[in-house]
Amino acid sequence: MIGLQNVTAGYGERRVLNNTTLTLAERGITVLTGPSGEGKTTVLRLLAGLERPWSGAVYPAQRPAVLFQENRLFPQRTVAQHLTDVLPSQRWGEVSRWLALADLVGEEETLPMELSGGMARRLALVRALALGGDCLFLDEPFTGIDRERREVYLKLLARWPVPVLLITHDPAETIGAAKGISL
Amino acid sequence: MSKKVLRTLLPLAFWLLLWELAAGLVGQEFVLPGPGRVFAVFLELAGQETFWRTVFLSLARMVGGILMGTLLGVILAVLGQVSPWLEGLFAPAIQVVRAVPVASFILLVLLWVERNWVPVAVSALMVLPVVWAAVRQGLSAADPQLLELARCYRMSRWKTVRLVYLPALAPAFSTGLATAMGLAWKSGVAAEVLCTPKVGLGTEIYGARQALESPELFAWTLAVVALSLLMERLVRRMLRKGGAV
Repeated sequence: MIGLQNVTAGYGERRVLNNTTLTLAERGITVLTGPSGEGKTTVLRLLAGLERPWSGAVYPAQRPAVLFQENRLFPQRTVAQHLTDVLPSQRWGEVSRWLALADLVGEEETLPMELSGGMARRLALVRALALGGDCLFLDEPFTGIDRERREVYLKLLARWPVPVLLITHDPAETIGAAKGISL
Repeated sequence: MSKKVLRTLLPLAFWLLLWELAAGLVGQEFVLPGPGRVFAVFLELAGQETFWRTVFLSLARMVGGILMGTLLGVILAVLGQVSPWLEGLFAPAIQVVRAVPVASFILLVLLWVERNWVPVAVSALMVLPVVWAAVRQGLSAADPQLLELARCYRMSRWKTVRLVYLPALAPAFSTGLATAMGLAWKSGVAAEVLCTPKVGLGTEIYGARQALESPELFAWTLAVVALSLLMERLVRRMLRKGGAV
């Protein structure tokens, strides 16, 4: 089980979550939605083991693959290197497949600063998918990604073999694809 | 002639002309020899085997000092990054090393090591605090978001160093190393002047001064300046090739 039980958490003096309980679906996408500042990212960080709660119990993922709200690409690494950096060497043959999924074929040698916002987001998303793990946490994954590609990714995520937590401030992005939780 | 070449040559010509004029005004070669005379002596020296032996030995001392100082500076800065206790232990000692006058260092080190090694030890001591500060600055510039990503993505320590720390470190390290190399030459040659090892650029400078051979003194100094600039350029080029700057 991956989830929170009666968790209160925050930063410094500021309380962000108050006695929150939630459990991730064992398969498919769990969408966490709500206005900005309501603690969606804090839930992700707690479940990914990146923060500790003030009180309550956290049942974190053991090997989470996280797509952060920021792309967090390495400025000096090329598009292809971002994938080889997370794949073990025996799986480097998969790079072209992941590049195709990111729609970045032909951009193998491009540096992040030369990518558009949407391209950089797709690379960050696909890097998280390629990393694998026992859970996939996606924080605002479709920022800058057009609607058609979003549909493709949503269909793929709905069949993803591990639980997916998708955070969005805009629930319309994920209509029909997921079980939703509002904060 | 291209604009770039002109931009380099014109200032050089200006200063040489000014030097020539000043030497003409002074009119005494042992006080201020003119550039023509200095270059003539320089070429004469460069034609002798002992010149190159002297250059090689001094160069070896400086390279040794720079390597030792850089290695120690990097190790101490990394250890300080790993443990705040070690940082607290090293920081005051390095501040003291930075503040002690070069001349005091030279005379103190002369008490502890054989005179041939004094320039090596002194340049290492001059390089250490500069490299230490540059590496610390570079390490603290590492992007915390990328560090968190590396931890979260279960990247090995070496991969984290390669992908996050080294790129953050490179600009400060490269500037620090260039500054440190200039300091190493200045202090190393000063140590040779004061300790007069059997063979060395500083020993030759001291000998020329004693013999009131000012053109020779200037020619040996010219050799030091040329070597220092050449080495700095070479290292900058190497760092650029390695993707550091």
